[in-house]
Amino acid sequence: MKSLAPLLIILLLSSVFGVRYKRSRGEFRRKKTVNGPVIDAKSMGIELGSRVTMLQFSSAFCSPCRATKALLENMVVDMPDVKYAHIDAESHLELVRELDVRSTPTTLFLNGAGIEVGRAMGTPKRSQVLAAVNAIS
Amino acid sequence: MALLKESSADMKSNIKLIDARGPRFSAALTTLVLGLALVTQSTILIALQLLVFAVGAFAGPAKTPYAFLFKKFIRPRLRGDIPVEDVRPPQFAQSIGLIFATIAFLGSLLALPALFIIATGFALAAAFLNAAFDFCLGCEIYLIGVRALKR
Repeated sequence: MKSLAPLLIILLLSSVFGVRYKRSRGEFRRKKTVNGPVIDAKSMGIELGSRVTMLQFSSAFCSPCRATKALLENMVVDMPDVKYAHIDAESHLELVRELDVRSTPTTLFLNGAGIEVGRAMGTPKRSQVLAAVNAIS
Repeated sequence: MALLKESSADMKSNIKLIDARGPRFSAALTTLVLGLALVTQSTILIALQLLVFAVGAFAGPAKTPYAFLFKKFIRPRLRGDIPVEDVRPPQFAQSIGLIFATIAFLGSLLALPALFIIATGFALAAAFLNAAFDFCLGCEIYLIGVRALKR
C-alpha cells in the first residue's frame, strides 16, 4: 500500500526534533543539585582552574568536537582563573558513566572545588561560554 | 568544522580531512532518494541507496557518486573559505545508513512492508536532520553505543 503518510510524518517529526536540537546546542544547563562527584586533577590530566574549569568530552566520530576545542582553547588564553581540559570519552568510560555524559561534545563547567555546576552539549557560541563562566563564582 | 587555515595541527596528526560541505550535500541527495524510495516502496531505489551507503562506509564518504556530483557541479560554484572536517564522523554516519538500508532492503525482498517503512524512515530521518540541521549522528549515538557495549 503506497502512501505519502509515512514520508510526511517522518519529515514533520524530524523537523520538530531538528529545531529543538539546533536551539539546544551550546546552551548552558545548570545542574539541579549542588553536590556531585569531585573531579580532581588526576582524572583530567591538568590542574583545576582557580575559579572555573571547562572539561570537554569528545569522540572520534564527532565533527563539532574540533570546533568546540578550538573555541575553548582560544578563550581560556584571556582568562587566568579559568582552565580548559579535553578528554577522549571512549578511553575514560568510568568517568563518562559517573558524570552521565551521553553525547559529544559535552562541556562540563566545574567550580573551583572541581564540582560540576552545569554543562553544555554541542558547540557553544562565545557569548554562551562567557555567560556560563561568569555565572560561576 | 574548522577552517582550512587552522588545520596545520591536523596535517601532522594524520587525520584525513575532507570538504565539510560534501557530506551535507550528499545528505540532501540521500534524503531525496530515500524519500522517493519510501513513497514508491521501490526495492530498486533502496538497493541503489544501499550501494551508495556501502561505498561511503567502506571506501569513504568522498568516494560516493554523490560526492562525485558535489565535486563536479557544486564545489566549483561555491566561494569563500573551505570548511574542513575529519572524515570519520560522516563515514560513521554512512555505516549507520548502511545498516538501516540493509534492513529496509531485506524488508522489501521478504515482503514485509512495515519493516521496510520503519528502517527506511530511520535512515531518512537521519539524512534529513543532517542536511537540514547539520545534525551529527556520531555525536549523539556513538558514545551511547560504547557505553552500552563496553564494560
